[in-house]
Amino acid sequence: MSKYSVIGTRVRRVDGPEKVTGNAKYTFDMVLPNMLYGKILRSPHPHARILNIDTSQAEKLIGVKAIVTGKDTLGRKQGIWRRFSELCDEEILCRAKVRYIGDPVAAVAAVDEDTAEEALDLIEVEYEPLPAVFDPMEAIKEEAPQLHEGAELNINVTRHIEWGDVDEAFRQCDHIREDQFKCSSQAHVCMETHDAVASFDYNGKLTVWTSTQSSYYIQRLLTDMLGLRESDIRVIKPPTGGGFGSKFELDSAQFCASVLSMKLCQPVKIVLSREEEFTATKRRTPMYYSVKLGAKKDGTLLAKEVRVITEGGAYTGMGATALYLTGFFSSFPYKYPNYRYDGYRVYTNTAPTSAMRGFGAPQSTFVGESQIDMIAEDLGIDPIEIRRKNGMTPNYEVPGQAYIQSCGLHQCLDKLEEQIKEQGKLPANHGIGVSAYGFMSGGIFNWFDTPYAFSSAIVKINIDGKVDLFTGACEIGQGSDTTLSMICAEELGVRLEDIRIYAGDTGICPVDLGAWGSRETLMNGNAVKMAAADAKRQLLEFAAAKLGANIVYDLEIKDQWIHLTDRPERGFSYFDIVKEAIRGRDGEVIMGRGHYTPHRKGMISPAYSFGVQAVEVEVDTETGRVKLVNVTTAHESGTVINPVGIEGQLEGAIMMAGGYGFCEDQPMDGGKILNPSIADYKLIRSLDMPKTKILPIDTYEPEGPFGAKEAGEGLTNPTAGAIGNAVYKAVGVRITDLPITPEKVLRALKKKQKQNK
Amino acid sequence: MKKELNLTVNGQPYELYIKPKTLLVEVLRDHLGLTGTKRGCNSSSCGACTVILNGMSVKSCSILALQADSAEVLTLEGLANGAELHPLQKAFLDHGAFQCGFCTSGMLMSAKTLLDENPKPTAEQIKEGIDGNICRCTGYNSIIRAITDVVKGEYKEEK
Repeated sequence: MSKYSVIGTRVRRVDGPEKVTGNAKYTFDMVLPNMLYGKILRSPHPHARILNIDTSQAEKLIGVKAIVTGKDTLGRKQGIWRRFSELCDEEILCRAKVRYIGDPVAAVAAVDEDTAEEALDLIEVEYEPLPAVFDPMEAIKEEAPQLHEGAELNINVTRHIEWGDVDEAFRQCDHIREDQFKCSSQAHVCMETHDAVASFDYNGKLTVWTSTQSSYYIQRLLTDMLGLRESDIRVIKPPTGGGFGSKFELDSAQFCASVLSMKLCQPVKIVLSREEEFTATKRRTPMYYSVKLGAKKDGTLLAKEVRVITEGGAYTGMGATALYLTGFFSSFPYKYPNYRYDGYRVYTNTAPTSAMRGFGAPQSTFVGESQIDMIAEDLGIDPIEIRRKNGMTPNYEVPGQAYIQSCGLHQCLDKLEEQIKEQGKLPANHGIGVSAYGFMSGGIFNWFDTPYAFSSAIVKINIDGKVDLFTGACEIGQGSDTTLSMICAEELGVRLEDIRIYAGDTGICPVDLGAWGSRETLMNGNAVKMAAADAKRQLLEFAAAKLGANIVYDLEIKDQWIHLTDRPERGFSYFDIVKEAIRGRDGEVIMGRGHYTPHRKGMISPAYSFGVQAVEVEVDTETGRVKLVNVTTAHESGTVINPVGIEGQLEGAIMMAGGYGFCEDQPMDGGKILNPSIADYKLIRSLDMPKTKILPIDTYEPEGPFGAKEAGEGLTNPTAGAIGNAVYKAVGVRITDLPITPEKVLRALKKKQKQNK
Repeated sequence: MKKELNLTVNGQPYELYIKPKTLLVEVLRDHLGLTGTKRGCNSSSCGACTVILNGMSVKSCSILALQADSAEVLTLEGLANGAELHPLQKAFLDHGAFQCGFCTSGMLMSAKTLLDENPKPTAEQIKEGIDGNICRCTGYNSIIRAITDVVKGEYKEEK
C-alpha cells in the first residue's frame, strides 16, 4: 500500500467541472455594470520620435469617454528587474519615443469596442522616423542607431559565468569543436490573449481582474507606475487561459485599463486582439551561439566556452534572466570541470523578447545536445555513452553556481537506452535522436526585490471540517490548484474534496511570486505543506490531550481519522475533533500558516529535475518535411504529486517544444512580424502530434514537499535538440539553426548530394 | 437598421434584434451571456468558438448571426443534461484532457459532432475530428484518449 492516500493518485482537477461545462469565467468573459471597452493605439514605426499626439477629433466621437497618452501617466519607466533602475526601461505609454512596431502611444475607452476602434483611427500622431536596427549583430556596431540613453552599442545586459581554467583545459583536450548555432523566436500563443478589467472607485481603490501568472507582481508593478499604495490595488486572477511565460510582467492591457479607469472612475476592459498578441507582447528570445567544446579521446568533456548574443528587442523585461539562464543551462546536464560563458543582450527595434517556457534552456539545450552528438561522432562514441560518462550525479556542485541534491539522470539514460534498443531497426529515412536536459524548480534570484517570502499559504479549518486553502499561487492551466490542494489534503490527512482553494487574489491570499520558473510545486508546495502541518499540530494537541495517550506515542491523521501512529485503531474521527477543538478554543477557527524562501541553496534554484528524451522522426527527402513519429521521455521530477498533471505537462511540452524545433517561427521584415495570425503561425495540430510515452523514474528531492520537484518547463528543453539529432540520424544532414524547416533540410540534402558526387 | 433574428440555443428559443454585421459568436456571448464559447483568433483558425449548428460543427466567429436565422444551436452550456455531465465531459475530466480550459468548449463541440456523425471513429478519424481546434496546453493526446474511451463505451449516457 502506498504510504500516501492523496498524492500520487489519479484525480480529477479541482477546476475541472467549471472548465468542462463552460462555467469558468475568465477575465475575457467578464462584464461589470457601467463597464467601458478600451483599445490601444500602437506605433507603426520601428523607431521614431513622437512629435505630437492630437486626440481632439477622436474625443468628439460619440461614445468615446476618455483618451490617455503618456502625458496622463506619471511618466515612470517600469521593468520586472526592479532592483536595477537602468533595466526598468519601459513606459508602456510612450511619451517621447517609440522603439518597435506595436509600442503603445495612446489608449481609448468607449462604450463599445467598435467605437473605441473607430476612435483610434481619429487620433493623429506626428512621428519623426529614426533609423532603426533589427539584427543584434548590426545593433552592436558603432554606427548603429542607439535605442536607449546610456546603453552604449545597444548592450542592455551582459553576463559572465566561469569556473575552472578554461584556456589551460583546452590545451589538454584531444579534440576541440567550434560551432555556431542560431535559435529562433517563438510566440507563446496563449489561447486567452492578454486582457484586463480595471475598476477604480471613489474610495481611491483599484481592482484589476486579469489573466496573469502572478497577481502579486502585477499589483506591485501597478503600484510603482500609478503612485497608489500597494494595498489599495487588488489584483484578482480569474481562470487564466494559458501563460507560458508571457503573463507575469505588467502588460499594456493591465496598465492602460488602469490608467483609463482612474481617469473615469468606471470599469474599463481591454482585450488584446490576436494580432496584438503576436506583435505587441513579448516573445521567446532569439539567440546566436558560438560554442567551443573540448574532449579527451575517451569522451570526457574537459572544457566548454560559450558566447551568446541575444536579440533583446526594444525593452528588458525578463530578458535579463533568460540571458543568465541560457548561460547556466549551457553547462547542463554535464559536469564540465572548466566552463566559461559570456552573454550579451542587445537592444533592437523589434518586439521585446523575454520569458517563455524553458526560459533560455530550450535554446541552450538545442545547442548543447546538437554539439554533444557532433563531438561523440567525431570521437566514435555512442551518444548515450558520452552523456552517461559526463552526466551530472546526485550531490553535485556546479562550481560557484548551484548545488544539486537529487539527480536521476543516469536512471533516465538507462531506461531510455533499453527502450530504444527494444525498438530495433527503423524504416528508411527514420532516425532517433536523443537529448538530455535538466531544469530548475523555481528561481532563487530576487531581482524583483520583494520583501515577502517567495511563497506563502494559509490553511483555515472550518467547523464542518472543510478546509479553505489561501495562496497567492497562480493556476494558469498547469494544475497548481489541484497539486497544491493534494499537498494540503495529504499533509492534513483529509480527502481532496475536503479542500477548497482560493488562489491568486492579492486581496485575500498571502503573497506568492507566481507561476514561472517551474516554482509552484516545490516553493508553494512547501508553504502549503507547512501551513497544513501548522493546522494539523493544533488539532493533534487537542486530540492528544483527549486521548490521554502515553507521551511516547505519535499521533497522525490519515483519511479523516486521527489516531496513534502505531495503533491506528485508537483514535477519533477528524470531524469530531475539529468540532470539539474549535469549541474548546472559544470558537476560534483553526488557522495554519506557512511560507517558503530558499536559503543557502546556491544562486539558481533549490532543486533540479532531469531527463532524457528520444524523438523518432521521418524525413521526406523529396520535400524536406520532418514528421514526428514517436517521442519517449524519461523524466524524473522527484515524488510525483499529480500523475495526470505530469502527463499533461509532458505531452503539452512536446507540442510546444516540437513546434519550436520544426515549425514555429516569427519571420520579420523591417521589424514587422510577418505572420501575426494563427492561420499563418504554424502550430502543431492533432494530426501532427506524435505518439508519446513517459518512462517513470523514481527519485526523491529532500528540498521538495514530499520529495517533489519541477515538471513544467524542463520538459520543453530537450525536443528541438532531439529532433535535430534525429534528422541527422535519418538523412545525414545537420541543421544548426532553428526551426528545422523543410527548406533548410532540402537545401542541406542537395548540398550533401553535390558533395557526394 | 437592426434585423430580427430567431434562433434556438440549447433548446431555448430567442427573438433578438441585432446589427446585420453581428457574428454568431457575438450573439451567443454578448447578447445571450453564454460565455462558455470562446474567441481565440476571430479568423476561424483556432476553433475555440466552435458550436454545433443544425448538427454541424461551425466556427461561430466565421458566420454572421443572421446566417443562423431559424437554426438550432448547441453550445457547451447545453451539453450536460442538467446536473448529469455528458460522457465526453466525464471522460475529459478523467483524462485531464484540458489544462487552461480556454479551448475546451470548442474541443468538446468538435468531439460531439464527430461522434454524432460517426459513433465508431478510428484513431485517425478522431485526430481529424479535432484538427481544427488548437490546444496550446495538452498536446492533444489526452483529448484523443478521452474521446477513445467514450467510443469504447466506457461512459454511458444516463437518460
